Amino acid sequence: MIATYANLIIQGILLGGLYAIFALGLSLSVGVMRFVNIAHGDFIVLVSFLLLTVATALHINVLLALLLVIPLTFAGGYLLQRVLLQRVIGQSVLLPLLVTFGLSIIVQNGLLEGFGADTHTLSAGSLDTSSLHIGSFYVGVLPVATFVLAVALVLGFDWLLYRSRIGANIRAVADDVAAADLIGLSSVRIYAIAMGIVGVTVAIAACFMGLRMNFDATSGPSRLLVAFEVVVLGGLGSLRGTLLGGIILGIAQTLGGQIDGAWQVLAGHLVFLVIFLLRPQGLLPRY
Amino acid sequence: MRRHQHLSIAGGRIVLAGAALGLAVAPSFLDAGGLTVLTEFLCLLVLALMWNLLAGYADIVTVGQHAFVGVGAYAFYGAVVLLGVDPYLAFAAAALMAFAVALPAMVIVFRLRAAYLAVGTWVVAEVLMLIAGKLPNFGFGSGVSLPVRVAREFGARPDVRFATIYWLAFALAAATFASTWLLLRSRIGLGLTAMRDNEEAAGATGVNLVRARIICFLWTAPFLGLAGAIITLQKLRISPPASFSIIDWTVFVIFNVVIGGIGSLEGPILGTALFFILREYLAQLGTWHLIILGSLSIVIILIEPGGLWGLLRRVLGGDLIPVSHRARPGFETNRKS
Repeated sequence: MIATYANLIIQGILLGGLYAIFALGLSLSVGVMRFVNIAHGDFIVLVSFLLLTVATALHINVLLALLLVIPLTFAGGYLLQRVLLQRVIGQSVLLPLLVTFGLSIIVQNGLLEGFGADTHTLSAGSLDTSSLHIGSFYVGVLPVATFVLAVALVLGFDWLLYRSRIGANIRAVADDVAAADLIGLSSVRIYAIAMGIVGVTVAIAACFMGLRMNFDATSGPSRLLVAFEVVVLGGLGSLRGTLLGGIILGIAQTLGGQIDGAWQVLAGHLVFLVIFLLRPQGLLPRY
Repeated sequence: MRRHQHLSIAGGRIVLAGAALGLAVAPSFLDAGGLTVLTEFLCLLVLALMWNLLAGYADIVTVGQHAFVGVGAYAFYGAVVLLGVDPYLAFAAAALMAFAVALPAMVIVFRLRAAYLAVGTWVVAEVLMLIAGKLPNFGFGSGVSLPVRVAREFGARPDVRFATIYWLAFALAAATFASTWLLLRSRIGLGLTAMRDNEEAAGATGVNLVRARIICFLWTAPFLGLAGAIITLQKLRISPPASFSIIDWTVFVIFNVVIGGIGSLEGPILGTALFFILREYLAQLGTWHLIILGSLSIVIILIEPGGLWGLLRRVLGGDLIPVSHRARPGFETNRKS
């Protein structure tokens, strides 16, 4: 009995790694551009379909396809910000919210049109099913690899934002656009680069989501809600917090999933609401 | 203001009044099919007016409005079928239940600011929908049909029933419009209009922002609940995916208001009317319908955030539905051209 629950909690923690990857991009766009991208989940699903198409068309492993797709999503994020979002950010939160809301519906229905309503998964060959034997537990290699990657990404992004040159520029623009422009930073370009980086996280999230769980054209919103809850739980602007938030949500969902599919989602939401009401500033607030 | 603008505003008002009159006498000349479409139109108009009050004036951009429609639907079913309440009294139950749910929802949602609030309302709506799917007396996840005897209470013959449901929708839309107009004309509305234009300046001049936002949030809930009850009566069925449909009661509504014109009373009316006209042509396109509406709303935001009404208003030169108070002649600040 105890072993069963311990096993579930380990599964939940590993799932939390994936959720932290979902949340990284959202956390970055919220922290820098001060808006919540309603289409974040739909972009993840869109790239999952892109990976599926590339891997099938070129007969290559999905992980190799990911390497090909990452430059594309960087460019996609960069262009999206430069061409569309830049026109609406800054004045009020209403306009970027409505624009990304429109994008979300366009992406969902575009995917429905192009790929139908069937559910899909990605496959990375033998990695899908291989497992490790640790003590009395069996854990999948893929979930462990995802979790390790999540920790590496969180540390990497922490370094990128707080130790690197481009990170300093991004934070300067995030703090005060006018002052950043005044000292010669091009805020338009830096916003676009930040959104390009978000694009990279979206590609990674898309790949590991597709390897781990089913997705279909309309799974975007549920991914957005997970990413949002992780960001808020962790504390706004706190990258390490996203890892903790992801783990809490992962455990809640895994335990809820023991009852049925609806409880899996509901348990995650309820745990989020309770913690949020007790600690609105998040678990590891940065500021 | 120039003479032709006075004329075009008067003309616009005549069109608006004519449309209202047409709606008031619609049952005398429309068949059941036409009345069904118009009932849907009036319900969506109520949802558009309420979303616009929140997003356009009170700075509460909600993506969870469908939750209150669903709560109203479930409360109506619960009152009329499970408790055996008089069907007309059951509408009161729908309104009250939506209001009762809005109170705790507000505690959660108002802790989030701006962009976060939108997703926060969505989470709350998801929770309510998932809980609705767990209710044993309401058919769990697949929902349940309204018994025929309840439908018969609103008219034994189908044509009488469709007319009764239409009148209920018409009364709700009229009450929603009139009361929202009065709210916007009141002292609170003046503060809301100030908030819409510049939140910081409004706060600095003494507008109680928190109170105004709370009033708006609680204001919309009963109207949304009533719309949910009428929709249930028309569809004769409740179920979590349909009663809490984000596409039908939130996505379409947001597009309608954005395309018509956010932050005005004319905009939601124009947008909802346009939606029903477009739907005749676009509905058979399936997914393309939503792709077209989404693209249209993004293009409109880029061209004129005030929507089609914002463009039209420039031509007409003023509001058709006066929400603002005109300064007295002694305070005229318009420079002569």
